[in-house]
Amino acid sequence: MTSPVSLDRRRFIASSGALAAAFGSSAFFPAWARSGTQGMTPAGNPVPGVLSGNDIALTIGDSHFSVDGRSGHAVTVNGTLPAPLIRMREGEKVRLSVTNNLREQSSIHWHGLLVPFDMDGVPGVSFPGIDAGTTFVYEFPLIQAGTYWYHSHSGMQEAMGLYGPIVIDPAGGDDSYDREHVLVLSDFSTMHPHEQLRRLKIMGGYFNQQRQTIAELLAGGGQNLSERLEWAKMRMDPTDISDVTGDTYSFMINGHSSAENWTGLFKAGERVKLRVINASSMTNFNFRIPGLPLTVVAADGLAVQPVETDEVQIAIAETYDFIVTPGEQQAYGVIAEAIDRSGQARATLATQMGMIAPIPAIRERPLLTMRDMGMDMSSMDMGDTLDLSAPDSGSMDHSDMSMRDPSVAPGVKMGPGVASLSPMPVDRLADKPTGLENVDHRVLTYADLRSAEPNPDTRVPSRQVDIHLTANMERYMWSLDGVDFSEGPEPIPFRLDERVRVNLINDTMMPHPIHLHGHFFELVSGDPGDRVRKHTVNVLPGGKASFDLTADAVGDWAFHCHMLLHMHSGMMRVVTVREEGEA
Amino acid sequence: MRRLFLTAVAATAFSVPAIAHDHDGMDHSQMGHHEGDTADETVPVAGDDMDHGQMDHGAMDHGQMDHSMMDHSMMDMQPDAGGMEEMDHSTMDHGQMDHSMHHGAQAPQVSDQPGDAPPPPVPTDHAADAVFGPDVMAQSRVDLLKGMAFTGFFAGLDTLEYRAGEGADGYVFDGEAWYGGDIDRAVLAFSGEGAFGEKPEDIEIDAYWRHAINPWFNLQLGARHDFRPDPERTYALVGVQGLAPYWIEVEAQAFVSEKGDVHFRGTAMHDMRLTQRLVFEPEAEVDFALQDVPELGIGGGLDSFELSGRLRYEIQRNFAPYVGFSWERKVGGSADYARDEGEDPSRFTWLAGLRFWF
Repeated sequence: MTSPVSLDRRRFIASSGALAAAFGSSAFFPAWARSGTQGMTPAGNPVPGVLSGNDIALTIGDSHFSVDGRSGHAVTVNGTLPAPLIRMREGEKVRLSVTNNLREQSSIHWHGLLVPFDMDGVPGVSFPGIDAGTTFVYEFPLIQAGTYWYHSHSGMQEAMGLYGPIVIDPAGGDDSYDREHVLVLSDFSTMHPHEQLRRLKIMGGYFNQQRQTIAELLAGGGQNLSERLEWAKMRMDPTDISDVTGDTYSFMINGHSSAENWTGLFKAGERVKLRVINASSMTNFNFRIPGLPLTVVAADGLAVQPVETDEVQIAIAETYDFIVTPGEQQAYGVIAEAIDRSGQARATLATQMGMIAPIPAIRERPLLTMRDMGMDMSSMDMGDTLDLSAPDSGSMDHSDMSMRDPSVAPGVKMGPGVASLSPMPVDRLADKPTGLENVDHRVLTYADLRSAEPNPDTRVPSRQVDIHLTANMERYMWSLDGVDFSEGPEPIPFRLDERVRVNLINDTMMPHPIHLHGHFFELVSGDPGDRVRKHTVNVLPGGKASFDLTADAVGDWAFHCHMLLHMHSGMMRVVTVREEGEA
Repeated sequence: MRRLFLTAVAATAFSVPAIAHDHDGMDHSQMGHHEGDTADETVPVAGDDMDHGQMDHGAMDHGQMDHSMMDHSMMDMQPDAGGMEEMDHSTMDHGQMDHSMHHGAQAPQVSDQPGDAPPPPVPTDHAADAVFGPDVMAQSRVDLLKGMAFTGFFAGLDTLEYRAGEGADGYVFDGEAWYGGDIDRAVLAFSGEGAFGEKPEDIEIDAYWRHAINPWFNLQLGARHDFRPDPERTYALVGVQGLAPYWIEVEAQAFVSEKGDVHFRGTAMHDMRLTQRLVFEPEAEVDFALQDVPELGIGGGLDSFELSGRLRYEIQRNFAPYVGFSWERKVGGSADYARDEGEDPSRFTWLAGLRFWF
């Protein structure tokens, strides 16, 4: 069912020849083997091994998956959820043969890997997909190292379990840690994602069980009456943090719920690397280990200058590597809390199986503010006076500010799918993310991240492109620039090796993890030269995020929100990269 | 930010190799430099008490700076997390520094502002065609778009209730089914009421095309047929329905019968969420007629109105039993017709029912 992975780093680096054998044998790694057997492994889902080497076979099929006593249909790889860990080595050329045993088409996209476009695995963009009963062979060189993942790009198979971790070890080895664990954060519902989507189309707040109530008002909670009226007038819900919530989801770490408590072992004083991947379909997670500072050493697979923090909001599709040095306690709770606080998943780092740490209570659900609508006046002041407290409707007059003035976004096609346009969006890369504005410990922001390597391209962009993230939550319509992908919009064109600044403007009240295939881009925050390079950027509600892109990979590439229901509803484009004059 | 700026200036202008990259949370006040430590007297230099916002950096003559006089060794730079790193000064982002908010000497300008080159033309080819063949990829693109276009259905009863009050106990139902996408849907709405043991008073079926006209409102165009009361009537239907400010659901419909009589109906309702599952829903309906229709018992002008309230408990969002009340009142000519029939033009009932949808 799950692939909890724990390995002794020294043993691992001892011999690359022993690598495959080591991963193939659970006897070498009692930690994950034991954890796996302790988990609720359904019959027929054997504890998986780790797939390694240069010739890897994956089989996509239907499975049954159980978590928290609920069971449902899942789409899996080699019968496991998450899919097996694929461990490869930088500099190698690999063959991944994917056999589709479903009755429908499938595909696998290697998320974050720089591969030729025809190996990127997006049906209708990079290849025709893998038809039922056929095998597609992906072949590409590994030109990078780090933590990545893979998932289906067909229909909503990813939401049904088709996702797994990838670790690419650097060609030169890495002795910066003693032990590592791979943590795959995800969500699972027994309700089919198409049914989730249909219910959201009928009722945008279908899964929100944390709305503001009269009872809460009388108890003095949430917004006060005048704020509620102001928001109601705009038909905006400040509790609209997540679309699909713990109302239907089980939140999981390595396929285990809190009760199932996936456990990874450590020895006191060891430097433990945690490779954390948010493979959820619709859940951004707040990740923390109470009592243990997190040193961020990589984001989206690439090394960053180490920075210590206490909590990180890991958006869907992002990966982070942390170094932790546990030792004071014998057990630590690893907490992945859904950002709307509708649930959380807990795993444990412990010196031996069976030890647990206290599970913190789920914190109060956050409320969106005027800043999340893109109309925070305080942002007009100096950048360091970010007032993230509740909106003070008394001191600001919003009534004369239109929430849907087309002049602020001339490139957006106005229609029923665009309920609002942020009138004054501000760069929010340095903001603490939604719901973590006021916690009493350190919280990572994108502005804290600096690339460990100098940026490969330091040219100033020759042009810039604005892309608006647009939606109508009530109708549950999602689009880019007001046009949903099923309308067949033109692609976003780039010249080969062109340097372009892309400004993402969030006209919705929800964060959107925007992912570009086939490239890394630099987030425009702080000085250039060592800006953090990512494949996914979470654009905070009502705000802006800019990245500089060197379009260095010829081909057609998918570009989309990684909230699966948003992508599927149309928040997607094709990006083209062509030699000048070829088009 | 101020500290970063100073650090950057120092590093750039004076070739101090080590520099803090992480400027968040830098506390400028920790920086141990003072006027005179860092620059000669001809240059305005940072003192924490200076009003930097007022400084005119554009007018500063940096050529006059005497760098040799500056004593870098006195600068106490203590970068935060991020460490001391070799830095490529040529890539520093001086263009982004907002000098109006900072102070000290102006750094050499390296603009980070993108240019205004035109975008390339949109390619007419598809990259994957060359690898997998144009036909198979064309089909694949069609499938992709088709798979992402929403088409769905809905069927539900908003009210299915038992009513008890003066006179015989009765029933009311009101529901709809639709099929379609985000913008266009085919809708079949149905409603009816009556007393147990008698012929139904009203049975109405509306069939219309629903078209989204803006983020909040939809147009309705179609037909209505009343199987009851006698005589049956068929109407053309045009309406607007949607969500008004303050989360009030409204609907306004106009009907023209095959006899040419014209009617209007307006409804408004609101969900007051008492708890996450307990919802009070007040609703108002008003009916007008442009003319008397004696055979239907309708008088011209304000015909009737109904005020109702339902308290429902959402066991599931789509399955909620409720209790409530309703007050129906016929007005004007309609009230007269009712009295002529021996009916009370006003009727108050208690009700209990179920709301569910699929």
